[in-house]
Amino acid sequence: MSRIAMPVVVAANDLFDGDPVWMTPGGNWSRSLADAEVIGDPAGAEARLAAAMAQADRVVGAYMAEVRPGPFGPVPVDFRERVRARGPAPFALPAQAAE
Amino acid sequence: MYAYSEFDEDFVRARVRQFRDQVERRIDGRLTEDEFRPLRLMNGLYLQLHAYMLRVAIPYGTLNARQMRQLAMIAERWDRGYGHFTTRQNIQFNWPRLRDVPDILDALADVGMHAIQTSGNCVRNVTADHFAGAAADEVADPRPYAELMRQWSTDHPEFQFLPRKFKIAISGGAEDRAVTRAHDIGLRLVRKGDETGFEVSVGGGLGRTPMLGRVIRDFLPEADLLPYLEAILGVYNRLGRRDNKYKARIKIAVHEIGLETLRDEVEVRFAQTRAEFGGADRALLAGIAGHFAPPALPDGPETIPPGSPAFRAWCDTNLAAHRRADHAIVTVSLKTPGQVPGDASAWQMRLLADLAERYGHDEIRISHRQNVVLPHVRKADLPAVFAALADAGLAAANAGHISDIIACPGLDYCALATARSIPVAQQIAQHFEALKIEHEVGPLRLNISGCINACAHHHVAEIGILGLERAGVETYQITLGGDPTQNAAIGQRTGPGFAADEIVGAVERIVLAYLALRRDADETFGEAFRRVGLGPFQQVLYECKETDDAA
Repeated sequence: MSRIAMPVVVAANDLFDGDPVWMTPGGNWSRSLADAEVIGDPAGAEARLAAAMAQADRVVGAYMAEVRPGPFGPVPVDFRERVRARGPAPFALPAQAAE
Repeated sequence: MYAYSEFDEDFVRARVRQFRDQVERRIDGRLTEDEFRPLRLMNGLYLQLHAYMLRVAIPYGTLNARQMRQLAMIAERWDRGYGHFTTRQNIQFNWPRLRDVPDILDALADVGMHAIQTSGNCVRNVTADHFAGAAADEVADPRPYAELMRQWSTDHPEFQFLPRKFKIAISGGAEDRAVTRAHDIGLRLVRKGDETGFEVSVGGGLGRTPMLGRVIRDFLPEADLLPYLEAILGVYNRLGRRDNKYKARIKIAVHEIGLETLRDEVEVRFAQTRAEFGGADRALLAGIAGHFAPPALPDGPETIPPGSPAFRAWCDTNLAAHRRADHAIVTVSLKTPGQVPGDASAWQMRLLADLAERYGHDEIRISHRQNVVLPHVRKADLPAVFAALADAGLAAANAGHISDIIACPGLDYCALATARSIPVAQQIAQHFEALKIEHEVGPLRLNISGCINACAHHHVAEIGILGLERAGVETYQITLGGDPTQNAAIGQRTGPGFAADEIVGAVERIVLAYLALRRDADETFGEAFRRVGLGPFQQVLYECKETDDAA
């Protein structure tokens, strides 16, 4: 199924608010990529992905994302995944009322 | 403006009840995500990169003050206090929670709005000229026809599973302000003697295979609109390709089977549909038309009152000719340099609603250029309107100029995007604001799409920018010479793309080259481009770049 290079993390979106989430070593979900379990072997990755997909009551669209180790945790290889992990740019919001 | 009938109200409420039940069943596990996904998309709910996104239709771009206030309320109560107006006359809420969406849809139904068919392979929100009912050059108000098409296409049993999505635009003016040639079906109201009808084009679309619509009927009597549309859709539904999503739009069918063959097939089907309609559509249209009676406009002076230089500059750029000499059409720019193009805060929405009520006969339009329009403002009231807009950060004097940029949400929000659009738009707008040459340059459309799907219509801008990813780095390709009007043209690619930190400089070189080569201040960028072609622009783009790189 998966042809992506190891290591990987398992990513998804939270069912209730759509937030990007990553699977932790304990099988829970974190909103921080730094908490994600980094999986090095393909069989282990497939098993974790299957476990993630079984949690349809918590997450949507689980998939594997290729990462490389970084000083503060895993760093996605794919550009889109890096943007996803970083969150949207803190744009200036349109003008609000004075108070 | 159209008010829901009892039938409309019941239909929309029933859809909300269905969706509420579907959400509950998804949460408690009775529906899988695979089952739920098409249901949520049918109700405008997408899952984006960072969150859900709810796309709400603003049919033919028309709102009243009450509806605008409700959008503000939704933004504050269930989202993050703002909304994003799009090139298809929708508003997108970027941060709704799944459990709240049925309540949002109920709140929309309270003011006669919905999110139905803002996704999926069906007829999408019908878009129209944002100056409809007000423009000096108008043949006829396109909105009654657009509302007729909304009713006809909503939940149309034959057209819920078309080969691909289907977009219709309608323009009522001599100038095509609805980009009709870039739509699956484009309708332009025209006159032939005393008769009103449509020039019908088919097979337009941008995206990965940009094509301009071709005229399939140069004059369709207005009474034949729905039977003829039903014939086109029926033929497309049968002939459109379902084997390849990228070849499924009607433009590919036109390309592959030829316009003549398609026209012949449509005429055969039209002979049947015309007989089947039997006049019901005519009666419906007559009822709808009554909702779009022009407001009673009071008389006033035909001159604009004097004011500050800032007011005069705003009048120069942001007013368009109204059919009444004592009124003006006001474009409120949502493109203040540095802001996200098309975003409006709840507070700004409420202010616009107040202004529409006080000075604009309760009418608001959303343009495909992601701005807000007050279509009927007395010239005598312009100073007061300007002052209120200025207080709200909404008085940018740039409508139709280079900082009035159309930008899709790009990779900051969109799951399909390959590059960011918003920061590039912000940088270009701020750069030209600092250069202070925007008014010298004059009208110039610059559109930025963050992927090949071209939501920002970059192909039909005089300067089009397409953001792509190459080996993990954003790169921006430039096209020049596109035109969205009745003289529609697809822009030509200049050559290799530019890195994110090069694109602003590249645009500046293009604009300075135009200033240097135009015959006079009246020769627009588009006219100059048609005269000189790509060559001089390629020269400044790439020769300068090589010099810079070598230095």
